[in-house]
Amino acid sequence: MRALLIRDLTLALRAGGGFGLGLAFFLIVTVLVPFSVGPQAELLQVIAPGVLWLGALLACLLSLDRLLALDFEDGTLDLLVTAPLPLEAALSVKALAHWLTTGLPLVLAAPVLGVLLNLAPPGYLWLVASLALGTPALSVIGCFGAALTVAIKRGGLLLSLLVLPLYVPTLIFGAEVARRGAGGQEVTTPLLMLAGITCAVIALMPFASAAVLRMGLR
Amino acid sequence: MSIWSYANPVKFLTLSARVQPVLWVLSLAFVATGLIWGFFGTPEDYRQGATVKIIYLHVPAALMAINAWFMMLVASLIWLIRRHHVSALAAKAAAPVGVVMTVIALLTGAIWGQPMWGTWWAWDPRLTSFLILFLFYLGYIALWEAVEDPDTAADLTSVLCLVGSVFAVLSRYAVQFWNQGLHQGTSVPVATGGRSVDDVFFYPLVLCMIGFGLLFIALVFYRTGTEIRLRRAAALRARAGRAA
Repeated sequence: MRALLIRDLTLALRAGGGFGLGLAFFLIVTVLVPFSVGPQAELLQVIAPGVLWLGALLACLLSLDRLLALDFEDGTLDLLVTAPLPLEAALSVKALAHWLTTGLPLVLAAPVLGVLLNLAPPGYLWLVASLALGTPALSVIGCFGAALTVAIKRGGLLLSLLVLPLYVPTLIFGAEVARRGAGGQEVTTPLLMLAGITCAVIALMPFASAAVLRMGLR
Repeated sequence: MSIWSYANPVKFLTLSARVQPVLWVLSLAFVATGLIWGFFGTPEDYRQGATVKIIYLHVPAALMAINAWFMMLVASLIWLIRRHHVSALAAKAAAPVGVVMTVIALLTGAIWGQPMWGTWWAWDPRLTSFLILFLFYLGYIALWEAVEDPDTAADLTSVLCLVGSVFAVLSRYAVQFWNQGLHQGTSVPVATGGRSVDDVFFYPLVLCMIGFGLLFIALVFYRTGTEIRLRRAAALRARAGRAA
Protein backbone atom coordinates (compact mmCIF):
# COMPACT_ATOMS: atom_id res chain seq x y z
CA MET A 1 0.00 0.00 0.00
CA ARG A 2 2.75 2.41 0.89
CA ALA A 3 4.55 1.57 -2.33
CA LEU A 4 1.40 2.30 -4.31
CA LEU A 5 0.94 5.62 -2.51
CA ILE A 6 4.53 6.66 -3.13
CA ARG A 7 4.29 5.59 -6.76
CA ASP A 8 1.12 7.61 -7.34
CA LEU A 9 2.53 10.65 -5.60
CA THR A 10 5.77 10.51 -7.56
CA LEU A 11 3.94 10.11 -10.86
CA ALA A 12 1.68 13.04 -10.06
CA LEU A 13 4.52 15.30 -8.95
CA ARG A 14 6.81 14.62 -11.92
CA ALA A 15 6.45 16.74 -15.01
CA GLY A 16 3.31 15.96 -16.98
CA GLY A 17 1.63 14.46 -13.96
CA GLY A 18 -1.00 17.17 -13.91
CA PHE A 19 -0.12 18.19 -10.36
CA GLY A 20 -0.45 21.92 -10.99
CA LEU A 21 -3.45 21.62 -13.26
CA GLY A 22 -6.14 21.70 -10.56
CA LEU A 23 -4.36 24.48 -8.71
CA ALA A 24 -4.01 26.58 -11.86
CA PHE A 25 -7.68 26.04 -12.67
CA PHE A 26 -8.67 27.12 -9.15
CA LEU A 27 -6.56 30.26 -9.56
CA ILE A 28 -8.12 31.04 -12.94
CA VAL A 29 -11.71 30.65 -11.72
CA THR A 30 -11.11 32.79 -8.66
CA VAL A 31 -9.26 35.52 -10.53
CA LEU A 32 -11.83 35.67 -13.32
CA VAL A 33 -14.83 36.04 -11.00
CA PRO A 34 -14.20 39.72 -10.13
CA PHE A 35 -13.85 40.48 -13.85
CA SER A 36 -17.20 38.90 -14.60
CA VAL A 37 -19.29 40.18 -11.67
CA GLY A 38 -17.56 43.52 -11.12
CA PRO A 39 -15.09 44.68 -8.48
CA GLN A 40 -17.48 45.87 -5.74
CA ALA A 41 -15.92 44.78 -2.46
CA GLU A 42 -19.22 44.14 -0.68
CA LEU A 43 -20.55 41.91 -3.45
CA LEU A 44 -17.32 39.92 -3.56
CA GLN A 45 -17.38 39.53 0.19
CA VAL A 46 -20.86 37.99 -0.01
CA ILE A 47 -20.05 35.49 -2.75
CA ALA A 48 -16.45 34.70 -1.78
CA PRO A 49 -17.11 31.49 0.24
CA GLY A 50 -19.34 30.07 -2.48
CA VAL A 51 -16.97 30.96 -5.29
CA LEU A 52 -13.99 29.43 -3.49
CA TRP A 53 -15.92 26.21 -2.84
CA LEU A 54 -17.14 26.05 -6.42
CA GLY A 55 -13.62 26.65 -7.74
CA ALA A 56 -12.22 23.91 -5.55
CA LEU A 57 -14.96 21.48 -6.64
CA LEU A 58 -14.43 22.17 -10.33
CA ALA A 59 -10.67 21.90 -9.98
CA CYS A 60 -11.20 18.53 -8.34
CA LEU A 61 -13.60 17.45 -11.11
CA LEU A 62 -11.09 18.47 -13.76
CA SER A 63 -8.43 16.12 -12.44
CA LEU A 64 -10.73 13.12 -12.00
CA ASP A 65 -10.32 11.50 -15.38
CA ARG A 66 -6.56 11.25 -14.74
CA LEU A 67 -7.24 9.35 -11.54
CA LEU A 68 -7.55 5.92 -13.17
CA ALA A 69 -7.37 6.52 -16.92
CA LEU A 70 -3.54 6.56 -17.18
CA ASP A 71 -3.23 3.37 -15.16
CA PHE A 72 -5.92 1.79 -17.31
CA GLU A 73 -4.06 2.63 -20.50
CA ASP A 74 -0.69 1.18 -19.46
CA GLY A 75 -2.24 -1.89 -17.82
CA THR A 76 -1.36 -1.08 -14.22
CA LEU A 77 -5.01 -1.27 -13.31
CA ASP A 78 -5.29 -4.88 -14.49
CA LEU A 79 -2.35 -5.74 -12.26
CA LEU A 80 -3.98 -3.99 -9.33
CA VAL A 81 -7.20 -5.94 -9.82
CA THR A 82 -5.33 -9.24 -9.74
CA ALA A 83 -2.88 -8.18 -7.01
CA PRO A 84 -3.10 -9.74 -3.52
CA LEU A 85 -3.89 -6.29 -2.13
CA PRO A 86 -7.71 -5.90 -1.93
CA LEU A 87 -8.96 -3.61 -4.67
CA GLU A 88 -10.92 -1.62 -2.09
CA ALA A 89 -7.68 -0.75 -0.32
CA ALA A 90 -5.89 0.03 -3.59
CA LEU A 91 -8.65 2.42 -4.60
CA SER A 92 -8.65 4.07 -1.18
CA VAL A 93 -4.93 4.65 -1.57
CA LYS A 94 -5.42 6.07 -5.05
CA ALA A 95 -8.13 8.41 -3.75
CA LEU A 96 -5.78 9.44 -0.93
CA ALA A 97 -3.02 10.16 -3.44
CA HIS A 98 -5.49 12.18 -5.51
CA TRP A 99 -6.45 14.18 -2.46
CA LEU A 100 -2.83 14.80 -1.46
CA THR A 101 -1.97 16.09 -4.92
CA THR A 102 -5.22 17.95 -5.71
CA GLY A 103 -7.32 18.57 -2.60
CA LEU A 104 -4.60 19.51 -0.16
CA PRO A 105 -2.99 22.17 -2.41
CA LEU A 106 -6.45 23.63 -2.95
CA VAL A 107 -7.02 23.83 0.81
CA LEU A 108 -3.67 25.57 1.26
CA ALA A 109 -4.25 27.97 -1.64
CA ALA A 110 -7.79 28.92 -0.63
CA PRO A 111 -6.89 31.55 2.03
CA VAL A 112 -4.59 33.35 -0.41
CA LEU A 113 -7.33 33.47 -3.02
CA GLY A 114 -9.75 34.50 -0.26
CA VAL A 115 -7.74 37.71 0.11
CA LEU A 116 -8.31 38.44 -3.57
CA LEU A 117 -12.06 38.02 -3.10
CA ASN A 118 -12.19 40.15 0.06
CA LEU A 119 -13.31 37.26 2.27
CA ALA A 120 -14.52 38.42 5.70
CA PRO A 121 -11.77 37.92 8.36
CA PRO A 122 -13.57 35.32 10.52
CA GLY A 123 -14.19 33.26 7.40
CA TYR A 124 -10.59 32.12 6.78
CA LEU A 125 -10.49 29.56 9.53
CA TRP A 126 -13.86 28.04 8.57
CA LEU A 127 -13.09 28.11 4.86
CA VAL A 128 -9.93 26.10 5.39
CA ALA A 129 -11.65 23.81 7.86
CA SER A 130 -14.59 23.10 5.56
CA LEU A 131 -12.35 22.51 2.55
CA ALA A 132 -10.05 20.26 4.55
CA LEU A 133 -13.06 18.24 5.67
CA GLY A 134 -14.92 18.29 2.36
CA THR A 135 -12.29 17.72 -0.33
CA PRO A 136 -11.49 14.14 0.79
CA ALA A 137 -15.16 13.32 0.12
CA LEU A 138 -14.81 14.87 -3.34
CA SER A 139 -11.79 12.67 -4.08
CA VAL A 140 -13.47 9.48 -2.87
CA ILE A 141 -16.74 10.13 -4.74
CA GLY A 142 -14.72 11.10 -7.80
CA CYS A 143 -12.86 7.81 -7.55
CA PHE A 144 -16.21 6.03 -7.85
CA GLY A 145 -17.08 8.07 -10.93
CA ALA A 146 -13.67 7.38 -12.46
CA ALA A 147 -14.04 3.64 -11.79
CA LEU A 148 -17.48 3.70 -13.39
CA THR A 149 -16.28 5.31 -16.60
CA VAL A 150 -12.70 4.06 -16.91
CA ALA A 151 -13.44 1.39 -19.50
CA ILE A 152 -15.53 3.76 -21.64
CA LYS A 153 -13.83 5.51 -24.49
CA ARG A 154 -14.02 9.30 -24.15
CA GLY A 155 -15.81 8.96 -20.83
CA GLY A 156 -14.79 12.42 -19.61
CA LEU A 157 -18.11 14.12 -20.28
CA LEU A 158 -20.04 11.19 -18.86
CA LEU A 159 -17.84 11.26 -15.76
CA SER A 160 -18.76 14.90 -15.11
CA LEU A 161 -22.47 14.20 -15.62
CA LEU A 162 -22.41 11.24 -13.24
CA VAL A 163 -20.36 12.91 -10.52
CA LEU A 164 -22.17 16.26 -10.62
CA PRO A 165 -25.29 15.21 -8.66
CA LEU A 166 -23.18 13.13 -6.28
CA TYR A 167 -21.23 16.27 -5.32
CA VAL A 168 -24.33 18.28 -4.40
CA PRO A 169 -24.63 17.40 -0.67
CA THR A 170 -20.92 17.95 -0.01
CA LEU A 171 -21.01 21.29 -1.78
CA ILE A 172 -24.12 22.47 0.07
CA PHE A 173 -22.79 21.69 3.52
CA GLY A 174 -19.22 22.75 2.77
CA ALA A 175 -20.21 26.11 1.33
CA GLU A 176 -22.70 26.57 4.18
CA VAL A 177 -19.93 26.15 6.76
CA ALA A 178 -17.74 28.68 4.93
CA ARG A 179 -20.62 31.13 4.49
CA ARG A 180 -21.78 30.96 8.08
CA GLY A 181 -18.20 31.18 9.28
CA ALA A 182 -17.62 34.30 7.21
CA GLY A 183 -20.86 35.80 8.53
CA GLY A 184 -19.89 35.06 12.12
CA GLN A 185 -22.78 32.63 12.66
CA GLU A 186 -22.99 29.26 14.35
CA VAL A 187 -21.38 26.57 12.16
CA THR A 188 -21.76 23.41 14.24
CA THR A 189 -24.68 21.78 12.39
CA PRO A 190 -23.39 22.00 8.79
CA LEU A 191 -19.88 21.19 10.00
CA LEU A 192 -21.08 17.99 11.64
CA MET A 193 -23.14 17.07 8.56
CA LEU A 194 -20.11 17.66 6.34
CA ALA A 195 -17.93 15.53 8.60
CA GLY A 196 -20.61 12.84 8.57
CA ILE A 197 -20.76 12.76 4.77
CA THR A 198 -16.98 12.60 4.49
CA CYS A 199 -16.63 9.77 7.01
CA ALA A 200 -19.49 7.82 5.41
CA VAL A 201 -18.16 8.05 1.87
CA ILE A 202 -14.61 7.22 2.95
CA ALA A 203 -15.97 4.12 4.71
CA LEU A 204 -18.43 2.95 2.05
CA MET A 205 -17.49 4.33 -1.36
CA PRO A 206 -14.33 2.23 -1.92
CA PHE A 207 -16.52 -0.90 -1.91
CA ALA A 208 -18.79 0.52 -4.60
CA SER A 209 -15.78 1.76 -6.59
CA ALA A 210 -14.04 -1.61 -6.41
CA ALA A 211 -17.25 -3.40 -7.41
CA VAL A 212 -17.79 -1.29 -10.52
CA LEU A 213 -14.11 -1.46 -11.46
CA ARG A 214 -14.18 -5.28 -11.36
CA MET A 215 -17.35 -5.26 -13.47
CA GLY A 216 -15.92 -2.77 -15.92
CA LEU A 217 -12.65 -4.62 -16.45
CA ARG A 218 -14.12 -8.09 -16.65
CA MET B 1 -45.39 -21.22 -9.67
CA SER B 2 -43.41 -18.32 -8.27
CA ILE B 3 -42.94 -14.82 -9.58
CA TRP B 4 -39.39 -15.76 -10.65
CA SER B 5 -40.74 -17.88 -13.50
CA TYR B 6 -41.38 -14.60 -15.30
CA ALA B 7 -37.62 -14.06 -15.39
CA ASN B 8 -37.83 -16.31 -18.43
CA PRO B 9 -38.14 -13.87 -21.36
CA VAL B 10 -40.64 -16.06 -23.24
CA LYS B 11 -42.92 -16.35 -20.22
CA PHE B 12 -42.52 -12.66 -19.58
CA LEU B 13 -43.48 -11.77 -23.15
CA THR B 14 -46.53 -14.02 -23.01
CA LEU B 15 -47.68 -12.46 -19.77
CA SER B 16 -46.92 -8.98 -21.02
CA ALA B 17 -48.87 -9.58 -24.25
CA ARG B 18 -51.84 -10.77 -22.20
CA VAL B 19 -51.97 -7.94 -19.65
CA GLN B 20 -50.91 -5.07 -21.88
CA PRO B 21 -54.26 -4.46 -23.66
CA VAL B 22 -56.02 -4.41 -20.30
CA LEU B 23 -53.45 -2.03 -18.84
CA TRP B 24 -53.60 0.32 -21.81
CA VAL B 25 -57.39 0.52 -21.83
CA LEU B 26 -57.63 0.93 -18.06
CA SER B 27 -54.89 3.54 -17.82
CA LEU B 28 -56.21 5.61 -20.72
CA ALA B 29 -59.72 5.38 -19.29
CA PHE B 30 -58.55 6.51 -15.87
CA VAL B 31 -56.40 9.35 -17.22
CA ALA B 32 -59.09 10.51 -19.65
CA THR B 33 -61.86 10.42 -17.04
CA GLY B 34 -59.66 12.10 -14.45
CA LEU B 35 -58.49 14.84 -16.80
CA ILE B 36 -61.87 15.57 -18.37
CA TRP B 37 -63.58 15.55 -14.99
CA GLY B 38 -60.76 17.65 -13.57
CA PHE B 39 -60.60 20.16 -16.40
CA PHE B 40 -64.31 20.64 -17.09
CA GLY B 41 -66.21 19.16 -14.18
CA THR B 42 -64.61 20.93 -11.22
CA PRO B 43 -65.11 24.57 -10.19
CA GLU B 44 -62.28 27.08 -10.28
CA ASP B 45 -60.42 27.66 -7.07
CA TYR B 46 -61.45 30.91 -5.40
CA ARG B 47 -57.88 32.13 -5.16
CA GLN B 48 -56.00 30.28 -7.88
CA GLY B 49 -58.64 30.43 -10.61
CA ALA B 50 -58.24 28.00 -13.45
CA THR B 51 -54.52 27.41 -12.78
CA VAL B 52 -55.43 24.96 -10.02
CA LYS B 53 -56.29 22.42 -12.71
CA ILE B 54 -52.66 21.82 -13.59
CA ILE B 55 -52.56 19.75 -10.40
CA TYR B 56 -54.07 16.83 -12.37
CA LEU B 57 -50.90 16.57 -14.43
CA HIS B 58 -48.35 17.85 -11.94
CA VAL B 59 -49.01 15.66 -8.92
CA PRO B 60 -49.36 12.29 -10.73
CA ALA B 61 -46.27 12.99 -12.86
CA ALA B 62 -44.21 13.91 -9.82
CA LEU B 63 -45.44 10.81 -8.02
CA MET B 64 -44.48 8.53 -10.89
CA ALA B 65 -41.12 10.26 -11.39
CA ILE B 66 -40.10 9.16 -7.90
CA ASN B 67 -41.76 5.75 -8.10
CA ALA B 68 -40.05 5.03 -11.42
CA TRP B 69 -36.65 5.51 -9.78
CA PHE B 70 -37.77 3.29 -6.92
CA MET B 71 -38.85 0.61 -9.38
CA MET B 72 -35.47 0.88 -11.13
CA LEU B 73 -33.80 0.45 -7.74
CA VAL B 74 -35.73 -2.76 -7.05
CA ALA B 75 -35.09 -4.07 -10.58
CA SER B 76 -31.35 -3.27 -10.25
CA LEU B 77 -31.18 -5.14 -6.95
CA ILE B 78 -32.88 -8.17 -8.53
CA TRP B 79 -30.37 -8.06 -11.40
CA LEU B 80 -27.39 -7.81 -9.05
CA ILE B 81 -28.61 -10.59 -6.78
CA ARG B 82 -30.33 -13.04 -9.13
CA ARG B 83 -28.95 -12.06 -12.56
CA HIS B 84 -32.30 -12.08 -14.38
CA HIS B 85 -31.86 -10.27 -17.68
CA VAL B 86 -35.51 -9.25 -17.85
CA SER B 87 -35.06 -7.34 -14.62
CA ALA B 88 -32.09 -5.37 -15.95
CA LEU B 89 -33.95 -4.60 -19.16
CA ALA B 90 -37.01 -3.47 -17.21
CA ALA B 91 -34.83 -1.01 -15.29
CA LYS B 92 -33.39 0.22 -18.58
CA ALA B 93 -36.90 0.55 -20.04
CA ALA B 94 -38.23 2.50 -17.05
CA ALA B 95 -35.56 5.21 -17.09
CA PRO B 96 -36.77 7.22 -20.12
CA VAL B 97 -40.36 7.03 -18.83
CA GLY B 98 -39.15 8.35 -15.50
CA VAL B 99 -37.24 11.17 -17.13
CA VAL B 100 -40.33 12.24 -19.09
CA MET B 101 -42.39 12.22 -15.88
CA THR B 102 -39.74 14.36 -14.19
CA VAL B 103 -39.77 16.83 -17.07
CA ILE B 104 -43.59 17.00 -17.01
CA ALA B 105 -43.53 17.67 -13.28
CA LEU B 106 -40.86 20.37 -13.63
CA LEU B 107 -42.55 22.04 -16.62
CA THR B 108 -46.10 22.03 -15.24
CA GLY B 109 -44.69 23.27 -11.95
CA ALA B 110 -42.99 26.17 -13.74
CA ILE B 111 -46.13 27.00 -15.74
CA TRP B 112 -48.17 27.02 -12.53
CA GLY B 113 -45.52 28.87 -10.56
CA GLN B 114 -45.30 31.79 -12.94
CA PRO B 115 -48.79 33.24 -12.22
CA MET B 116 -49.00 31.92 -8.64
CA TRP B 117 -45.58 32.50 -7.13
CA GLY B 118 -44.61 35.12 -9.70
CA THR B 119 -41.58 33.11 -10.78
CA TRP B 120 -40.84 30.26 -13.15
CA TRP B 121 -38.26 28.77 -10.89
CA ALA B 122 -37.18 29.07 -7.28
CA TRP B 123 -34.36 27.27 -5.51
CA ASP B 124 -36.82 25.58 -3.26
CA PRO B 125 -35.94 22.19 -1.72
CA ARG B 126 -38.55 20.24 -3.66
CA LEU B 127 -37.77 21.88 -6.97
CA THR B 128 -34.05 21.48 -6.43
CA SER B 129 -34.26 17.83 -5.47
CA PHE B 130 -36.35 17.17 -8.58
CA LEU B 131 -33.70 18.86 -10.68
CA ILE B 132 -31.10 16.61 -9.07
CA LEU B 133 -33.30 13.58 -9.73
CA PHE B 134 -33.45 14.69 -13.37
CA LEU B 135 -29.63 14.78 -13.49
CA PHE B 136 -29.48 11.29 -12.00
CA TYR B 137 -31.83 10.00 -14.70
CA LEU B 138 -29.72 11.62 -17.42
CA GLY B 139 -26.52 10.12 -16.04
CA TYR B 140 -28.14 6.69 -15.73
CA ILE B 141 -29.41 6.72 -19.33
CA ALA B 142 -26.11 8.08 -20.64
CA LEU B 143 -24.21 5.30 -18.89
CA TRP B 144 -26.47 2.65 -20.44
CA GLU B 145 -25.76 4.12 -23.87
CA ALA B 146 -22.03 4.47 -23.34
CA VAL B 147 -21.13 0.91 -22.32
CA GLU B 148 -21.04 -1.50 -25.22
CA ASP B 149 -21.24 -4.89 -23.53
CA PRO B 150 -24.88 -5.25 -22.34
CA ASP B 151 -24.10 -7.27 -19.21
CA THR B 152 -21.40 -4.86 -18.09
CA ALA B 153 -23.76 -1.96 -18.80
CA ALA B 154 -26.43 -3.61 -16.65
CA ASP B 155 -23.93 -4.15 -13.82
CA LEU B 156 -22.56 -0.62 -13.88
CA THR B 157 -25.95 1.09 -14.13
CA SER B 158 -27.31 -1.06 -11.32
CA VAL B 159 -24.56 0.04 -8.95
CA LEU B 160 -25.03 3.62 -10.11
CA CYS B 161 -28.74 3.30 -9.33
CA LEU B 162 -27.98 2.06 -5.80
CA VAL B 163 -25.38 4.74 -5.07
CA GLY B 164 -27.56 7.36 -6.75
CA SER B 165 -30.52 6.48 -4.53
CA VAL B 166 -28.47 7.10 -1.40
CA PHE B 167 -27.25 10.43 -2.73
CA ALA B 168 -30.72 11.42 -3.95
CA VAL B 169 -32.05 11.00 -0.41
CA LEU B 170 -29.02 12.80 0.99
CA SER B 171 -29.50 15.70 -1.44
CA ARG B 172 -33.14 15.89 -0.47
CA TYR B 173 -32.23 16.54 3.16
CA ALA B 174 -29.28 18.73 2.24
CA VAL B 175 -31.35 21.15 0.17
CA GLN B 176 -34.04 21.18 2.82
CA PHE B 177 -31.41 22.32 5.27
CA TRP B 178 -30.01 24.83 2.82
CA ASN B 179 -33.19 26.65 1.89
CA GLN B 180 -36.63 26.94 3.36
CA GLY B 181 -39.41 25.97 1.02
CA LEU B 182 -41.74 27.94 -1.20
CA HIS B 183 -43.47 24.77 -2.42
CA GLN B 184 -46.54 23.87 -0.40
CA GLY B 185 -46.66 20.69 1.64
CA THR B 186 -47.89 17.49 0.09
CA SER B 187 -51.53 17.72 -0.99
CA VAL B 188 -52.37 14.13 -0.22
CA PRO B 189 -50.46 12.96 2.88
CA VAL B 190 -51.12 9.23 3.02
CA ALA B 191 -49.68 8.69 6.48
CA THR B 192 -51.77 11.22 8.37
CA GLY B 193 -54.96 10.75 6.36
CA GLY B 194 -55.70 14.47 6.40
CA ARG B 195 -55.51 16.37 3.18
CA SER B 196 -55.46 19.98 2.08
CA VAL B 197 -57.36 19.37 -1.14
CA ASP B 198 -61.14 19.58 -1.18
CA ASP B 199 -63.18 16.53 -2.24
CA VAL B 200 -64.21 18.28 -5.46
CA PHE B 201 -60.60 18.34 -6.62
CA PHE B 202 -59.56 15.20 -4.84
CA TYR B 203 -61.53 12.48 -6.65
CA PRO B 204 -60.41 13.40 -10.20
CA LEU B 205 -56.86 13.70 -8.82
CA VAL B 206 -57.00 10.16 -7.46
CA LEU B 207 -58.25 8.92 -10.84
CA CYS B 208 -55.32 10.67 -12.54
CA MET B 209 -52.83 9.22 -10.09
CA ILE B 210 -54.13 5.68 -10.64
CA GLY B 211 -54.18 6.29 -14.39
CA PHE B 212 -50.59 7.56 -14.45
CA GLY B 213 -49.50 4.57 -12.38
CA LEU B 214 -51.14 2.12 -14.79
CA LEU B 215 -49.79 4.05 -17.74
CA PHE B 216 -46.29 3.75 -16.31
CA ILE B 217 -46.67 -0.01 -15.84
CA ALA B 218 -48.04 -0.40 -19.37
CA LEU B 219 -45.18 1.63 -20.83
CA VAL B 220 -42.57 -0.35 -18.91
CA PHE B 221 -44.10 -3.63 -20.10
CA TYR B 222 -44.10 -2.35 -23.67
CA ARG B 223 -40.56 -0.99 -23.59
CA THR B 224 -39.19 -4.08 -21.81
CA GLY B 225 -40.71 -6.22 -24.56
CA THR B 226 -38.99 -4.03 -27.14
CA GLU B 227 -35.66 -4.36 -25.34
CA ILE B 228 -36.00 -8.16 -25.18
CA ARG B 229 -36.75 -8.34 -28.90
CA LEU B 230 -33.85 -6.01 -29.68
CA ARG B 231 -31.57 -8.28 -27.68
CA ARG B 232 -32.87 -11.28 -29.64
CA ALA B 233 -32.40 -9.53 -32.95
CA ALA B 234 -28.81 -8.75 -32.02
CA ALA B 235 -28.24 -12.40 -31.08
CA LEU B 236 -29.73 -13.59 -34.39
CA ARG B 237 -27.58 -11.14 -36.33
CA ALA B 238 -24.46 -12.32 -34.49
CA ARG B 239 -25.33 -15.94 -35.27
CA ALA B 240 -25.98 -15.15 -38.94
CA GLY B 241 -22.65 -13.32 -39.06
CA ARG B 242 -20.82 -16.36 -37.71
CA ALA B 243 -22.52 -18.73 -40.14
CA ALA B 244 -21.70 -16.63 -43.19
